[in-house]
This record gives sequence, structure tokens and C-alpha cells, in this order.
Amino acid sequence: MVEPVLPTSILPLVMRGVVAKVRGVRIVGPVDLTIDAGGFTVVIGPNGSGKTTLLRLMHGLQRVSAGEAFWNVSDDVARQHQAYVFQTPIMMRRYVVDSIAYPLILRGMARRAAHKQAADWAVRFGLGHALDRPAPVLSGGEKQKLALARALIRRPEVLFLDEPSANLDGSATREIEAILQDAQADGTRIVMATHDMGQARRLANDVVFMVGGLVHETAPVAEFFDAPKTRKARAFVNGDIVE
Amino acid sequence: MTGRLKPMLATIVLLFAGVAVQAAEIAEIRVAVTTSFHNSGLSDVLLPQIKADLDLDVQLIVVGTGQALRLGEAGDVDAILVHSRGAEDAFIAAGYGTHRREIMYNDFVLIGPSDDPAMIGGAETAVAVLQLIAGAKVPFVSRGDGSGTHKKELALWQDAGLDAAAFTGWYRAAGAGMGAALNTASGMDAYIMADRASWLNFGNKGGLVLLFAGDPVLFNQYAFIPVSAERHPHVKTDLAKALEDWLTSDTAAALINTYKINGEVLFTYNAKPM
Amino acid sequence: MSEIFQSLAEAWGLIITLDADLLEVVGLSLQVTLTAVLIASIIGLPLGAWLVVRRFWMRRYVIAVLNALMGLPPVVVGLFVYLMLSRSGPFGVFGLLFTPTAMIIAQVIIITPLIASIAHQTIRDLWAEYHDLLISLNTTRMQRIKALLWDGRRALLTAMLAGFGRAIGEVGAIMIVGGNIDHSTRVLTTAIALETGKGNFAFAMGLGMILIGLAIAVNLTIHILSRTERASIW
Repeated sequence: MVEPVLPTSILPLVMRGVVAKVRGVRIVGPVDLTIDAGGFTVVIGPNGSGKTTLLRLMHGLQRVSAGEAFWNVSDDVARQHQAYVFQTPIMMRRYVVDSIAYPLILRGMARRAAHKQAADWAVRFGLGHALDRPAPVLSGGEKQKLALARALIRRPEVLFLDEPSANLDGSATREIEAILQDAQADGTRIVMATHDMGQARRLANDVVFMVGGLVHETAPVAEFFDAPKTRKARAFVNGDIVE
Repeated sequence: MTGRLKPMLATIVLLFAGVAVQAAEIAEIRVAVTTSFHNSGLSDVLLPQIKADLDLDVQLIVVGTGQALRLGEAGDVDAILVHSRGAEDAFIAAGYGTHRREIMYNDFVLIGPSDDPAMIGGAETAVAVLQLIAGAKVPFVSRGDGSGTHKKELALWQDAGLDAAAFTGWYRAAGAGMGAALNTASGMDAYIMADRASWLNFGNKGGLVLLFAGDPVLFNQYAFIPVSAERHPHVKTDLAKALEDWLTSDTAAALINTYKINGEVLFTYNAKPM
Repeated sequence: MSEIFQSLAEAWGLIITLDADLLEVVGLSLQVTLTAVLIASIIGLPLGAWLVVRRFWMRRYVIAVLNALMGLPPVVVGLFVYLMLSRSGPFGVFGLLFTPTAMIIAQVIIITPLIASIAHQTIRDLWAEYHDLLISLNTTRMQRIKALLWDGRRALLTAMLAGFGRAIGEVGAIMIVGGNIDHSTRVLTTAIALETGKGNFAFAMGLGMILIGLAIAVNLTIHILSRTERASIW
């Protein structure tokens, strides 16, 4: 089955005055932000700054309490061409090959064809040896690679990642980053949250800096790290505690 | 997993089919009978002979008299065999049954602890026995379930000039069938009135013995009542008639009169021609 | 104590000689209960899952009622089914009273709330795990139910076995709607009740042990077939 090719892009994603409230408490917003086509955006900031919530707002996992966020197409269509990777990978209680194939089967692909594609992706991501193992017994790095394969197998237009290598060791992180760079080269728009400045420098084209639930500064990556405009950004880049 | 799925599904389908298939073409009749009758074991002798002679499968639903009458009223059975004259007459008068046909009788006996604290062993009549028991206020277990046996017991208390409803702690209404009530009596070493058949067949006698019998008022008449087709058109009137004829035949008479438990004859056949 | 040994001996005797009456009664017990468990699972498992993924304003009350129905006294259910299936009742025309089908109906009513409640509880935990992922993958409600039921199948098996345990030992309802008719609707539990009522305690106890043995055998078989307790994680 051929992936449905969208005549128009789902981007840009426009957010205007978006606020997220949980139990009456504002945790993110108001946020004005536009995600255009092309590139690798890193959302960076200290812990608790609202990075995760911002990503969830974009993807539709968090309800918008005020303001508006809309894609270039209807929400329903947009949802079919995105994917999300969680900080702690969510593993289904299935074999690795079934897990990676699942999004294709949801789309209606026949089981055998879906498994074939899933196997290809697994091999590409270094999981070829683990196809018949239960997903929950994989190592942290392997789980995250599975999550990535599962996310990318439907060739989404936009890929969201929430601190994907926060819990991984160096070699696993390196593998993840290589996969992401390949995905970007393939044409996937990537929005990733991280608190690791080195990773941001390695991967990002532009940076969205968040503090206290608000977007504090946005800039191309080189500009942000070499010459941050705001005081808080400077403090963050220096490694100081930002409140 | 899929390899095992097919045989599992096949087994399940077969199970279900096995239940769904009803026995075809065998004549069946449903008769509600009382626990007293069933406990005698007489049905184990009669039913095979009925099957052989009439090619008829008699399905017995063994319940208390009250429930048997209720099943007859609802038309859930084709006939009933009970031993409670008053209730039977009411059943027929209300139009649920066509007529009653007496088949046989056995008797009730008074059971009690072997040391007989109320000293009923020497009494002359059943009424005297009950008066002695009430006077001694020793534990007495009653069926308490509206059954034929229970109604008989209440009638006897009335004949003795006593009000059963006013009895205090020594009178225990079990609210159960004959076997269960006997169990209760055995467990608390109490007096109890039982039908002779249930007593002879009872396997848990404990310290109980038969203390009094023989008074004619203790005779217990069984009658067969077909359920009325006017009330319930679906009842198998023909089969009920065939069964009634058989129960009043010489074959039945012979089997009933010679049926023994531990060498004792239990029932006396007394069916009259119609 | 001697009663217990005597009962073991009687039970063993019946099993060794493959007593025909015993086999008949055991066979019917299994037929009725397994069929009831199957039907109750087909109703109860998806119901439990549906109540997890579908949010509606009455959901909390429905779940509470479902949990409460687990405590339905079987004899009350039997009475209700009798009144429904009696010739004088609304469904009398089908002539189902005093047949194994009536017994299955009664048992389905008794164990469906049990199976649905247990399924609901375990699937709720699984849903908490899968929630973000399944929403992110843009699944429909039906796809969510299917994924939860399949991935949670081990726990659902427990729910079914709980239903089986409840049903195989049930006597009150099937006594009323089945009538305990010899060679027709007599099962192990009603036979035990009958023998107990006659005072044949040893024999009744022997049948009771056979019943327990049967329940253990079924549970063991299921566990072996589904390979639980092996070194897998679900």
C-alpha cells in the first residue's frame, strides 16, 4: 500500500495566544508561535519551563484552554501526518515487529506487508536482531529506537520528540541523533524538546527558548548560543540556574 | 497462537452444539413431585418400567408441595404428584387441575433422640405424642415450608388443641425439604415428624430413632393431578392420561406394594378404577 | 474425619470405573458452564473495555452498578429467569424452562458483571499506559478497544477464569431454572445438593471433591495452554 501523498502540506502550524491550564492553573502561555515548513526546531529551557506541554499542545495531546492553534489543513487531516516520541517510550505488550507494524495496520495495511516494512525499518535502526522479542524487555536505547521506527514508518510530515535521549547513554544518544538527521534529510519537519545544549547545537536549525511557561526568545541556533538577546537566555547558555 | 485458535474454536462450537441439540422424537412428560416421594426411591423403580412399557421419558422435578403446585399453576409441568388434600382440592377448584386420582399412601412417623426425653414411646395416639412434646418443650424440628408434610404437621397440632404459631424457642421451623430437615434434627438431637420413606432412606440418622407410628391419622395419601389443558393448552394431556392409566394399573400396583427399604414395605397401593 | 476418607474412596471409585452417571453429570456441568463463560465473555470483555475508553456523563454510575451486580445472589437470578421463562411468563412460548439452555441463561446473567468488572479494572490500568500513544496514533475507539483487549489478554483470561469458578460452583439459580432433572439437567452442584438433602454426606462430599478437581483441571489446562508463568513479560 502506498502512503497517501498529501497535495498540500499540513504546515504551517500557527499558534496565537495559546494557553494551557491544568485544574485552573496556567502552566503554559499565552504563546504566539509559528512552525513553518523545513528545518529542525529545538525547544529548550530549564526543567519545568513547559517544553513538554508546548509539544503536547502542538500535537493535540493537551487541550487548548484559550487562544487558537491551527494547521494549514483541518485538524483531522493534520493528525494523520504527525508523530510523537515520548521521553519514556511507551511500549505496547507485543513483539518488536508487531509494535513497529502497528501504525500501518491501523491504516488498513495487510499484516504480512506491514510486517515486511516493519522488519526493514527495524534493521535500518539496528533492531534487526530483536524482531521476535517482546518490546517491553528491550533496553532503554532499543525502546527509543523502536519508538522512532514506529513514529517514522508512516512517513509523517512533522515529528515531535520530547527529550528522547534524556534517559539514554552516550552511544544510544548518538544513534538516535543519527536517525533524526537522516529523517530530516528525508524531508521530515522535526520539533524536539531538550535540555541538553550540546544536543541542541548539534541538531537544531532554530531554537525556541522557554521559561516559566512562556516563549522567551526565538532565534536561529548559532545566534541563540553565540549571542543570546535576553538576560535569561544568556544565563541559561552560561549554565546558570534560570528562574 | 493462531495455530491453536482453530481447534479451540472448534471445541467451543461443539460444546455449544452439544447443549443446543435437544433429544428428538422421544416422548417426554414433566411431572412435579414432592421431595418426600422422591426420597423414597420408588421413582427409581417405577420410571424404568414406565419407559419400557410406554416409551415415555418421565422428567421429575423434585420440589416442595408449594412449589409443585406453583409449577402446575404456571403450566410449567404437565402433571403433579403431591400429598396435601386441602391444597389439591383448592388447586382443582381454581381450575388448574382437571381431577385428582389417588395412587397410594404411606405414613408419617415420629422420630426423636434415642433417650426420648419427652417419653413419647408409650403414647397411644399421634395427638398425645404432640401434646407430650409441647409439654416437655423439647427441641422439635418442623418442615416449615408449606409442604404436604408441613401442612399435615400443622393439622395435627390443631387437633391436639395447640397453636403452632405460638410456640417458642423449642419449636424450630427449618424452612427446608425433608432430607435437610432431618439433617437439622439429627444435628440438634430433636424430635421431628417425617414420612417413613424419607426416614428409612436417610443416611445421617445420628442419635435419632423411630419412636412412634401406626396411628391412622398419620396416613399420607398421594394423588396424581393432571394440569388442566383449558388453562394451559400446551400441556401434554394425552401423555398425562397414559401415565395416569399406568399408575393405576396392575403393574404399578405390584411394583408399589412390593417396594421395600431394608425389608420394610413403604407404600400401600389404593388406586380405584375411574 | 472418617466421612472425609470415605468420601475420597467413593469418589475415587466412581472415577476409576468411569461411572456413566458421573460422566454424564460432569459432561453437562462443563457444557453449561463453559458455554456460559464464553457468552458472558463475549458480552463482558468488550463491555469492560468500552467503559474504559468511552467517556460519558453516566459512566461512573454504570461502573458502580456493574460492580454491585457482582454480588447478585444467584438464587434471586434463578427466580427472575424462572419467572421470565415460565409458561405463564413473557418468554414461555420458547419452552426453555427446565433445559440446559435456561441454566446457561441464568449463569450468563450471574457472571457477566463479574467478568466485565474485572476486565474493566485491568484494562483501565493498561489504558493509563497506552493512553498517550493511542491518541497520538489517531486511533478510533474501536481500534483502541481491540488493542486493549488483545494486549491485555492475559488479565482478561483471569477474568474469564474467575467467571468460570463462580459458575461451576453455582447451584441456587440452576436448581430453580433447570429443575435438577435426572439425565437432563442434573449437574455436579445440583447432584451434591440432592445427596446432601438425602443425608448421603459421604457421597455428596465425594462429588464435591470431583467438582474441585474439575475446576483445578480446567484452570491448569488454560494456564498450560496460554503459557503463563514462563519468562515472558505479559
